[in-house]
Amino acid sequence: MMQEGLDDGPDFLSEEDRGPRAVNVDLQTDATLQVDISDALSERDKVKFTVHTKSTLPNFKQNEFSVVRQHEEFIWLHDSFVDNEEYAGYIIPPAPPRPDFDASREKLQKLGEGEGSMTKEEFTKMKQELEAEYLAIFKKTVAMHEVFLCRVAAHPILRKDINFHVFLEYNQDLSVRGKNKKEKLEDFFKNVVKSADGVLVAGVKDVDDFFEHEKTFLLEYHNRVKDASAKSDKMIRSHKNVSEDFNRIAATLYTLGTQDSTDVCKFFLKISELLEKTRKIEARVAADEDLKLADLLKYYLRESQAAKDLLYRRGRALVDYENANKALDKARSKSKDVLLAETSQQVCCQKFERISESAKQELIDFKTRRVAAFRKNLVELAELELKHAKGNLQLLQSCLGVLKGEL
Amino acid sequence: MTYERGSSCDACASVTAALSSLAWLMLQAVAGGGRFRCLHSVVSLGWLLVASGVPWSIVTRATAVARVLGDGSLPALYPAAATAPDWTQAGWTGGGRFTARSAHTASNAASGDPVVVERRPLRSSPSSPEPASLHAEDISTSNGPKPAEISLEDDREDLFAEATEEVSLDSPEREPILSDEPSPAITPVTPTALVTPRIDPVMFERCKEELEEEANGDSFDIDISVSDPEKVGEGMNAYMAYKVTTKTSLSIFNKKEFSVKRRFSDFLGLHSKLASKYMHIGYIVPPAPEKSIVGMTKVKVGKEDPSSAEFVEKRRSALERYLERTVKHPTLLQDPDVQQFLESSELPRAVSTQALSGAGILRMVNKAADAVNKMTIKMNESDAWFEEKQQQFENLDQQLRKLHTSVETLVCHRKELSVNTAAFAKSAAMLGNSEDHTALSRALSQLAEVEEKIDQLHQEQAYADFYLFSELLSDYVRLITAVKGVFDQRMKTWQKWQDAQAMLQKKLEAEAKLQYANKPDKLQQAKDEIREASPGVSVCKDEK
Repeated sequence: MMQEGLDDGPDFLSEEDRGPRAVNVDLQTDATLQVDISDALSERDKVKFTVHTKSTLPNFKQNEFSVVRQHEEFIWLHDSFVDNEEYAGYIIPPAPPRPDFDASREKLQKLGEGEGSMTKEEFTKMKQELEAEYLAIFKKTVAMHEVFLCRVAAHPILRKDINFHVFLEYNQDLSVRGKNKKEKLEDFFKNVVKSADGVLVAGVKDVDDFFEHEKTFLLEYHNRVKDASAKSDKMIRSHKNVSEDFNRIAATLYTLGTQDSTDVCKFFLKISELLEKTRKIEARVAADEDLKLADLLKYYLRESQAAKDLLYRRGRALVDYENANKALDKARSKSKDVLLAETSQQVCCQKFERISESAKQELIDFKTRRVAAFRKNLVELAELELKHAKGNLQLLQSCLGVLKGEL
Repeated sequence: MTYERGSSCDACASVTAALSSLAWLMLQAVAGGGRFRCLHSVVSLGWLLVASGVPWSIVTRATAVARVLGDGSLPALYPAAATAPDWTQAGWTGGGRFTARSAHTASNAASGDPVVVERRPLRSSPSSPEPASLHAEDISTSNGPKPAEISLEDDREDLFAEATEEVSLDSPEREPILSDEPSPAITPVTPTALVTPRIDPVMFERCKEELEEEANGDSFDIDISVSDPEKVGEGMNAYMAYKVTTKTSLSIFNKKEFSVKRRFSDFLGLHSKLASKYMHIGYIVPPAPEKSIVGMTKVKVGKEDPSSAEFVEKRRSALERYLERTVKHPTLLQDPDVQQFLESSELPRAVSTQALSGAGILRMVNKAADAVNKMTIKMNESDAWFEEKQQQFENLDQQLRKLHTSVETLVCHRKELSVNTAAFAKSAAMLGNSEDHTALSRALSQLAEVEEKIDQLHQEQAYADFYLFSELLSDYVRLITAVKGVFDQRMKTWQKWQDAQAMLQKKLEAEAKLQYANKPDKLQQAKDEIREASPGVSVCKDEK
């Protein structure tokens, strides 16, 4: 892990006001710090992202620079945020999911094996499809990583983090290694402890109504989003299956049609064409749904998890505070170690209040962001579906007309 | 054979031709003229062109066996004969024309088009069951028939909401041919029903002109529907009784409209009777729906789950289609068994169709024997046309099977899609509920509602796909099997013919030898045997 001798600790009194949170998940920050992923290269089993920064901040050596990063380095950055006590009061933007090309790689392999059994056209068609799919997954993963970076850059506090700057600037390998087995095991245990703790903490009734309400809300919301996300995934998969079937039927009809040249066969050919076109539309519909709906839900799944984590941390701080209070009382009653107890109580109190304050703001922002993101994506989804449906309708009508005309 | 097939006919049409070929061969055996064969080929060619419209329907109709005509003269009133020279001499009469009912009944409802199965006035003259085929004109008048009606069911989409677009052949057009004039010495014992699956209305007009008879005024429709599946009985002895309603104006039936209750084994019994009567003379008997032990057991046990309801519905529509196909066939309609099936309220229980009965096992053994036979008989296919047709049929069969599986997967996936969409709709609704921002909450609820509607649509589409397309395909796959069965029959009869000939040969030789040896008594015996063998030979030839 790299350490740099830059000034320590983020500056809480940030002069930059919170710029208007952008309505979409990809936040557009002000010109002081703009981050994006300008390029990505997919090698055999890893993806190399080119992170491009444009900044007017003084602590960067240049105004515009690029580095190459891999997925593990993103994860490292995220974990460093999570582990940092200072950020306990903020919703940490969720880490981007691992780029997962396994599914399409498998399919490519299967395709290669089954090459002999299909006709040439079928093979090329399937290959094209697979390539398109691969490309789509690739684009998605790039977008996810970009969103993460932008969220961090937009957050007034997090953007000042050293590690973030290092991440953006250090143009040599960060030598971040993925967690080895021991560390993964540690993580696992930590998670178990944390979830047990979480249950305990959640049981504590909160003083503040706002937080209490948020807690129940978030819990419920998180579960429902999880459910919706899973169901939407299934739906989109079935949709893709249907469109693939169209393809197969079209191919068979085509062979049937080319056997003879009677009218029925011309008919077959027409239908086969129609099916191919409809298939394309259907596939696009499925893809759009995937993009707008499923991704949205997945993202908010992760975000709500992050929000839950925030609440957990706050709850933990509250418990600590109360414990410290109790300890103080005990110390006072015993007149022993009063000073120690007092200081620890002070610390806890401060921590708790700090967290509460920032958490409140964060949660409100979370809600605004969420509403805006849903609105944008749902509207876009509806518009796209409408457009595709119209296109589909037109296609079917014209085909029907042609067929009727021939009869 | 000197015929050129301008456009390659599709295999289904070929069935018609195949059967008509059979008929002609028989005719040839009788008339002893090779030219008829050629003629016949021309005719069948024409038919193929005509029939190329709807493959499906052709198959159902295709059989025709030309029986020996008594006096061998075609009534002069068939102007059609004029276009098909020598037909008259061949004494060829027959041929039925049916509208192709290619659509599923359900689609009938959907489409507004009349689906009228018209038949020839079977009662026009007792001795002339079938009018001469009009195909002759068809051939001459339309060489590139536009399939006015294409199996629109092919497309699952609403494109083909009017799946049945059949041009109903008006009786008047056909009347003339059939007419009840006593003069035409039409005495075909078995009508040769060469079906024209799809005929252009234009062609009909012309036919009308060419035939100057006046219309008879009868309509030849017979409309069958299978409905109201009811469960009768309890436990393992329960069965589903279906109501078979027939609406007809044919005079062979006593009433205009009647309905009876039948159960599945009755249908199977009918089919086996028809098969035993007609298969070996070359008709294609429409195949009955298959027995499904699992499905029926579920129904018997009384589970009310949707899968058993679906099964019953599937079976009901299959039975309906089966009956329709059967009655479309003019010969089969004439059959007393069919009429009894449709009319009489009580039918003797067809026990032999039970899955685990003695008859069932016998059937299986027979099937196995047939399969072995098929492999051993190597028929010298002298008719290259037949060979080609067989090849085409094989191809068609393969393709249809593939298509059928793809369509089944499609149906399956669509059903899945609809289920998943429903689940998502519920989930979105819940999400909307828990969202406290009102506008977003409303939006999400609306999304949920839309998704629900989409789910319904998908379900409907899946059903449409299934009933219109997939079932039809499976029907045709089975029909093709039946056709292949007919091919096999042909092979068998050829084999028998060969055997009979060989036997005859041997007997002749034996007789010659005996003559040499001057054993008068043995000679007499041999002569008797020969006499017995000869008719056997000619019968076999006929059957071929």
